Amino acid sequence: MAGPIIRASGLSKTYRISEKQPGLAGTIQHLLRRRHRDVLAVDGISFTIEPGEIVGFLGPNGAGKTTTLKMLTGLIHPSGGELEVAGHQPYRRQARFLRQITLVMGNRQQLIWDLPALDSLRVNAAVYGIAEAEAQRRIGQLAEMLELGQELRRPMRKLSLGQRMKAELLAALLHEPAVLFLDEPTLGLDVNAQARVRDFLADYNRRTGATVLLTSHYMGDITALCPRVLLIHQGQLFHDGSLADLTQRLAPCRQVRLELADLHPPEAFAGFGQLEAHQGHLVRLLVPRAQLAERVAALLERFAVVDLEVSDPPVEELIGGLFRQRDSSSEASQ
Amino acid sequence: MREFARYWRSLRCFWGTSLAAELEYPLNAWIELLSVLGNLAGSVFVLQLLFGGGPQLGGWSWSGALVVLGLYTLLDGFTTCVLQPNLSRIVNHVQTGTLDYVLLKPIDSQFWLSARTVSPWGLPGILAGFGLIVWALLNRGPGAPSGLPAAGPVLLSLALLLAALVILYSLWFVLAALSIWFVKVWNATEVLRYTLVAGRYPVSAYPPALRLLFTFVLPVAFLTTVPAEALLGRGSAIWALGSLLAAWLCLAGSRLLWRYAQRFYTSASS
Repeated sequence: MAGPIIRASGLSKTYRISEKQPGLAGTIQHLLRRRHRDVLAVDGISFTIEPGEIVGFLGPNGAGKTTTLKMLTGLIHPSGGELEVAGHQPYRRQARFLRQITLVMGNRQQLIWDLPALDSLRVNAAVYGIAEAEAQRRIGQLAEMLELGQELRRPMRKLSLGQRMKAELLAALLHEPAVLFLDEPTLGLDVNAQARVRDFLADYNRRTGATVLLTSHYMGDITALCPRVLLIHQGQLFHDGSLADLTQRLAPCRQVRLELADLHPPEAFAGFGQLEAHQGHLVRLLVPRAQLAERVAALLERFAVVDLEVSDPPVEELIGGLFRQRDSSSEASQ
Repeated sequence: MREFARYWRSLRCFWGTSLAAELEYPLNAWIELLSVLGNLAGSVFVLQLLFGGGPQLGGWSWSGALVVLGLYTLLDGFTTCVLQPNLSRIVNHVQTGTLDYVLLKPIDSQFWLSARTVSPWGLPGILAGFGLIVWALLNRGPGAPSGLPAAGPVLLSLALLLAALVILYSLWFVLAALSIWFVKVWNATEVLRYTLVAGRYPVSAYPPALRLLFTFVLPVAFLTTVPAEALLGRGSAIWALGSLLAAWLCLAGSRLLWRYAQRFYTSASS
């Protein structure tokens, strides 16, 4: 397909919510005369995604990630803006559109709890109109990629969380969708299971060229899978680019960790950078990228250094710091 | 045609998997059988008390009233088989957000929600209802034509029974669909089920005010009394037409409402 597979322009969503004061009086008032308030969950975001891209969707809880995902899949109507996914307007939920997408939610299941996954997979094959033999072939192929075997013949309730997630992925991919929307697909999984799900997604993307849009709270998922991230905060798009660019943008400094042979007072580090932590022999400084080399050289000259490490501050902390900063400034301006 | 084949295959898979899931708990069958027989015995006993005052009740004979009771038992079995297991889940889907998965399937969502599962535990009710109807028709007492009715009344009553099933389904579906707005509507569907218990007895056995209510507000009359009259050879064209019209209106209404309701679905937050 030529051109972007997802195109959003000025996309917004306003929810109308009713508010209730606490207590009995509030409840009665709520019953008699509801007070409504409009909440802008997504505020005019624009982006395009090319076929075959894996894009991470980041933002704190309540940023508007899930709302955007639901508009992209057609579950809710946008309040404004334009949206096109795989050549369709999602909210119309035409069968031809639905056959090209899939949604996996880490906290909700579609497979039947009391039955083996294979039974649910037969249902999906029938609903999507996939011939039995073709369905068998696809199940075999996906099961191999997901390292699922006899697990598919056991009732879902007897599987581990990781195995259930893999079976859910299999069910979601049976109709070979062109666009995958994954909402927290590794939620609650242990480190090994997370890594296997990640490897599978990367492998699947390579083999099929499917487009993947992924939200996750685990930064590991994003760093491992997504060359590009969309960072959304308070309903607005804050960053669209690589994770490295984001780090650079959020942190124009590098972190220098020192272990010193002798004890020095905090004042001793003035002029070398911003002192972040100072605990006995351990010191952490933030140094502007441009002056990194000369400052480190000066530090080595001035102090007896046992160990030294230069790194980017963890991206979670950067994003968290950014949001705290923006939240407090927007509160102040209100 | 290909679409029809896809829906038919889906339905077979739906029911195949849900029977497999239900049969994981075989004790249910015996409990349901006991409960159906207990209910039926209770209703027959009440009818016998009512007919103790004379051979007629609201213009209905003892065996005619048993036909009504048989139809009610049959409908109740259908409810247990299809309506209850499917439509009670809609509320659940809305609460937990799994309705998302249903709405994203390339298949009519009302079809999915209404036919996704089937429970075998209503079969005893359907069989018992059918048996009671046949028995009542064979024992219509002195003065009445004996034996089974002719093909005409049987066909007409089957059509009216189908209309009754459609009406019952539509009412139930509409109530369940209201959960998109009100989320907790399960109690309302229970109230519906207990109101329909009124269909155990011929509508003319009730006082005039209730008769109006059961005909025009809650179409209890169309569920059992109208098909029973057709089966007993007393069917009138007007009632038959009215019944079919009511069925069509209810079904069309349920589809319209469902389409409208989806626009208000915001999906449970994650």
